[in-house]
Amino acid sequence: MIRITTCIKQVPGTTKVEVDEKTGVLKRDGIESKMNPYDLYALETALKIKEERETELTVVSMGPPQAEDVIREAYMMGADKGLLLSDRKFAGADVLSTAYTLSQGIAAEELPDLIICGKQTTDGDTAQVGPEIAEFLNIPHVANVTCIREVKADGIVVDMDLPNAVETVEAAFPCLITVEKGIHQPRLPSFRLKMATRDREVPVLSMKDFTDQDETRYGLKGSPTQVVRIFPPETDREKETWQGTGPELAGRIHEKLVAEKFI
Amino acid sequence: MTYKTITPEDINMLKSIVSDDRVLYEGAISEDYSHDELSGEEHFPEVLVKANSTEEVSQIMTYAFENNIPVTPRGQGTGLVGGSVALFGGIMIDLNNMNQILELDEENLTLTVQPGVMLMEISKYVEERDLFYPPDPGEKSASIGGNINTNAGGMRAVKYGVTRDYVRSLEVVLPNGEVMEFGGKVVKNSSGYSVKDLIVGSEGTLGIVTKAVLRLLPLPKTAISLLIPFPDLFAAIETVPRIIKSKAIPTAIEFMERDVILASEEFLGMQFPDSSADAYLLLNFDGNSKEEIENIYENVARICLDAGAEDVLIADTQERKEAIWKARGAFLEAIKASTTDMDECDVVVPRNKIAEFVKFADTLKEEFDVRIMGFGHAGDGNLHLYVLKDAMDKTAFTEKLSAVFDRMYTKARELGGAVSGEHGIGYAKKPFLAESLGDSGMNLLAAIKLAFDPKRILNPGKVCA
Repeated sequence: MIRITTCIKQVPGTTKVEVDEKTGVLKRDGIESKMNPYDLYALETALKIKEERETELTVVSMGPPQAEDVIREAYMMGADKGLLLSDRKFAGADVLSTAYTLSQGIAAEELPDLIICGKQTTDGDTAQVGPEIAEFLNIPHVANVTCIREVKADGIVVDMDLPNAVETVEAAFPCLITVEKGIHQPRLPSFRLKMATRDREVPVLSMKDFTDQDETRYGLKGSPTQVVRIFPPETDREKETWQGTGPELAGRIHEKLVAEKFI
Repeated sequence: MTYKTITPEDINMLKSIVSDDRVLYEGAISEDYSHDELSGEEHFPEVLVKANSTEEVSQIMTYAFENNIPVTPRGQGTGLVGGSVALFGGIMIDLNNMNQILELDEENLTLTVQPGVMLMEISKYVEERDLFYPPDPGEKSASIGGNINTNAGGMRAVKYGVTRDYVRSLEVVLPNGEVMEFGGKVVKNSSGYSVKDLIVGSEGTLGIVTKAVLRLLPLPKTAISLLIPFPDLFAAIETVPRIIKSKAIPTAIEFMERDVILASEEFLGMQFPDSSADAYLLLNFDGNSKEEIENIYENVARICLDAGAEDVLIADTQERKEAIWKARGAFLEAIKASTTDMDECDVVVPRNKIAEFVKFADTLKEEFDVRIMGFGHAGDGNLHLYVLKDAMDKTAFTEKLSAVFDRMYTKARELGGAVSGEHGIGYAKKPFLAESLGDSGMNLLAAIKLAFDPKRILNPGKVCA
């Protein structure tokens, strides 16, 4: 049996999140939340492996108590076990302290063979948490995975997307991969599984359950990154509509591209 | 019917009404204007005029009326039954330049638009303001003028109804050039015959719509779709009356089969979230919170499982809904891309008869040895069945098509249905309308047509003329 852990995160359900101009904090109140879309690809990748061979699939999330929702959602998609890392002491975590907290949570039980993360989140977009978890756990990691070629008894062969090439690599278990968007079309949550897992527990771990009891490693205290300001990016897209015959329009586009120094 | 042929004097007159550059003739008229998206027939207008205002449309109509010139109004040309094709040449009035949203009245919840505004522009504009224009036909690039003229339905009809239910008033240029307004920003109206409702769905045969006041609703805050796999199509469709009987009101109940989903996946180059089953129902529920909707759909989900559904899959986020509805929106194009030519049957039957009709249509595949693909609005009884030409030659296809359609429309009539659910009659479905309404019915339609258009110059050859 292979043991897989997938890391998932609850993010705002819409891209239309407002930022409090004064505090720079995202206004999350009253905003619907959802599972980070990239994590759905991670989960689907794990579920595809589970379809092929005997697998125990655990999902782990760090977040406030309501992040239980995404774990329940993972149950509805086919995950076997869940783990929520929730503690006021984890609040305000940056990338480093998030990765550290997750690594402590994952290491609290026997280390899985394979950890699968989404490439990044849609609310933080750093793509660093996955690889940093692996560094803290001292296991190999492969980022930007576009294809699982083979799952062996002792390792995994994957395609990794590099800027100008695709590299096929083999990593020995235990290891961590982060997967690209589109690796598999994520399945939809199942109503049957919703009914079947309605009473399944979501275990919660807090700092006291971790090996490292040093409070300065967690949450805001453990975060070397300070957010100075968050603001919605300005959009300066302009749209022009031209009408005319094909040759006229082609000429105009050519002139415009020259004028804008694109060609 | 004989009409005056366009002369250089007519062209000059039209140029004096609009401007030189908006009057196109002979080789300058793009091939696009000679056909619509499906009906197959090709006819160029003799002259194409791009109107910018009601006054221009009125002056063109006055001139055409005096000179007995046929006029075909045209929006985006996305129709499927030839309604916007200039069968008798003459003048085509392109209304796409009249594409302004004129007024949002938040106190009366109405939106005033010109006919050339596209459906997708309307939904974007109102939804940004937390308002909602419910009619949701698949073709989002269609103009609202065309939607009004076909009484377009779409994918929210189960809960919200069709275009006619959302038109408060219309400004119309009559065939003699007179401009009239029918209806108003009023919620109730018992003031004589409802001409406004007659114009809606008249396919440009009674008047040219130059302005419309649409009714809006507050935008439901959220929606959840359910994709429900069934072992076969009949099990899926037979569940629909049970869902309706449960008193839950989804906005949509669509049915789809695996071969159409696969065609759509190939056409779009994207994967559908599930393609394990032979047939699916797709339901959508809207409301003000996720919890509210969950309470409603749980009962429906249980009904489906009891009826043999393999599972009920939940699409509760934008990404999940898009993965389904984008594919659903591409079904027509995908089927079209899978064959050489096709024609469609857009019948509507009472909702409890839809399973019977679909079973019947299925038997025609074998009987006539022809590929028939379909999907449809199971919740409102409206089916879209496409008879595909594939390798047949044109004559063989035309013969087979007519035989298959004959059987389908006869069956629909037996079941208490109607010829067209939402695409209209145009000229392609005229014989079937005549059979369905009988002589008395057609005479009544023709008399109404004559009351508006005594010279029969407006969009001739369509519906009943």
